[in-house]
Amino acid sequence: MEVLRGISVSPGIAIGEVVILDAEDYRIPYRTVPPEGVADELARLDHSLKQSVEELVQQSEWLNQNMGQDAANVFNWHVGVLKDDRLRQNIETMIRDQSSAAAYATSVVMRNYQRRFMQMTDPLLVERIRDVQDIERRLLRHILGESREDLAHLTQPAILVAHDLTPTQTAQLADTKVMGVALDVGAATSHTAILLRSWGRPGVIGLNDVSTRVSGGDTVIIDATNQLVIVNPNEATLADYRTRERAFVRLADELDELKSLPAVTRDDERICLFSNIEFPGEAASGIAKGADGVGLYRTEFLFLRPEGAPSEEEQYEAYRQAIAGVQGRPITIRTFDLGADKYTQQRRYEQERNPMLGLRSIRYSLQHLDMFKVQLRAILRASVHGDVRVMFPLINSLMEFRQAKMTVHDAIEDLEEAGRPVRHDVPIGMMLETPAAAIQVKEFCREVAFISIGTNDLIQYLLAVDRGNERVSQFYSASHPAVLRAVRDVVRACTRGGVGCTLCGEMAGQPLYTLFLLGVGLRHLSMAPANIPEVKKLIRLVSIHQAERVAKRALGFDTELQVTNYLRAETRKVLPEDPI
Amino acid sequence: MRFVDAASKFKSEVWVCNVSRRGERVDGKSAMQMMLLEATSGCVLRIEARGPDAGEAVAALGAMIDVDFRPPGAQ
Repeated sequence: MEVLRGISVSPGIAIGEVVILDAEDYRIPYRTVPPEGVADELARLDHSLKQSVEELVQQSEWLNQNMGQDAANVFNWHVGVLKDDRLRQNIETMIRDQSSAAAYATSVVMRNYQRRFMQMTDPLLVERIRDVQDIERRLLRHILGESREDLAHLTQPAILVAHDLTPTQTAQLADTKVMGVALDVGAATSHTAILLRSWGRPGVIGLNDVSTRVSGGDTVIIDATNQLVIVNPNEATLADYRTRERAFVRLADELDELKSLPAVTRDDERICLFSNIEFPGEAASGIAKGADGVGLYRTEFLFLRPEGAPSEEEQYEAYRQAIAGVQGRPITIRTFDLGADKYTQQRRYEQERNPMLGLRSIRYSLQHLDMFKVQLRAILRASVHGDVRVMFPLINSLMEFRQAKMTVHDAIEDLEEAGRPVRHDVPIGMMLETPAAAIQVKEFCREVAFISIGTNDLIQYLLAVDRGNERVSQFYSASHPAVLRAVRDVVRACTRGGVGCTLCGEMAGQPLYTLFLLGVGLRHLSMAPANIPEVKKLIRLVSIHQAERVAKRALGFDTELQVTNYLRAETRKVLPEDPI
Repeated sequence: MRFVDAASKFKSEVWVCNVSRRGERVDGKSAMQMMLLEATSGCVLRIEARGPDAGEAVAALGAMIDVDFRPPGAQ
């Protein structure tokens, strides 16, 4: 039994057998063969070893001719390992003694070696893990050939373990039998994490090396509520978790009863809780969870597909479906936020050195006006069907906002000329997610219809922390005094300027910050649908007066730690039995 | 890799132990196992051989390490 600690993306418990997905999408299932199949598996291994050596020898020759002897030498050790009789014996023994499939035996043996390298102290030797992984992949490619398995073909429920998932892979999980996910990399606010959260099943990320610590077929418990992953649990632990799994379902049912009740404080202040969605179908499921509408529809996920950007008609259909889903309630559509970790990097010939500070979001849209206009036309056409608002991501200057707004007017004119029905009065707002926008908020208030504070990016830019880099992600915290003050100042400016203000980052869905956010004057919060019941439960137990007192006190602390401890203590007073 | 290649030329079994790290004894003809020795500069290694050419093997491999020891596989 081994207990690993990571970062939870969505609460819950999942218990099951592991499938491993590596960067090349290979899934290595636990598989045995009948006794008469052992000879075939041994032959597959032999074939794969020979093919791999041959491939490497050719590659080395090419490298030697084109890049010199030093480059070619890099693969000498790979060849040595592939010719290593000990290694071959290890794999063969497992195939013979346990009737394992060749792919599975190879994966287990190679992962055991990776574990040994990981324990070494010399960083140069630890780096050899990559070589071992490389050799494993090469062998598996020859063993599995074209028959590599796809997650969509999982026949029974399983826990997915991987080094990392791309947002695109994550988006496809909903169609599979995967019950829970454990990843090596990742931070709580990466796009993969956001997608995992909206998928709703238990997930723990940032586990460093889970993908090398487990082998396909191991039993794993994902305890996302306590940010743990337990590999090969003993009987007692397993039994304990089966009980907890049932208790968790009961708590979910209890929160479910809140969904028809409004989010009203004890002193009768109505708070609007909206959902953040990625896919049009989630608009309706958010309403079912008790949302007052959609506060953030992240449209870029329409674009994250192999075929490329969707047509105007395809987009129109998606937006119309989302609008129909909220049944007349407000829905805020954010124009595509592409760039950084999503989409554009794969399409660039030359990767940006610093994509987070690069051509992303509204900057990308304004440089790809044709694509941007197609989206705006689709949104404007769909907007006749409901209470639609449009906002732009990452607005950093007034010029950007004006230019984007002008593009909306161009799109309206286009549609009118074409004789299409179109709304002229769609409110146009902005996401406030950069320090520059926060500082200039007063000026923005004169021009925008509403402001939505995107705390995920705002925190990352304010604190200069890459939220996706696990080596610094501990510095990424909404409790930093500078973050609290920025949020307070923006809300205050919006109130004075008579501009509606919503907060739609992860912060909105964390009960830890609910008192603070109400206390600085926010009345609109937008979050992952899964977080709505608990935030609502908290709101119904507190008063605005109490929240204002907590916010004032929280703003008086100098350090992030004091803020977190204080907010946790105050929240626990209200929700003593919930894990905060 | 030079060590593994050299060791493989002998008929005898070759075993190497990293005395400095009190590690296990590994097969001197195995590229993977030799890497697990964690034999970095300054470590004391013990070489054992068993077989018809055991004496030559120990002498030759020992001399090789004395002359220019580099971690196996290091470029």
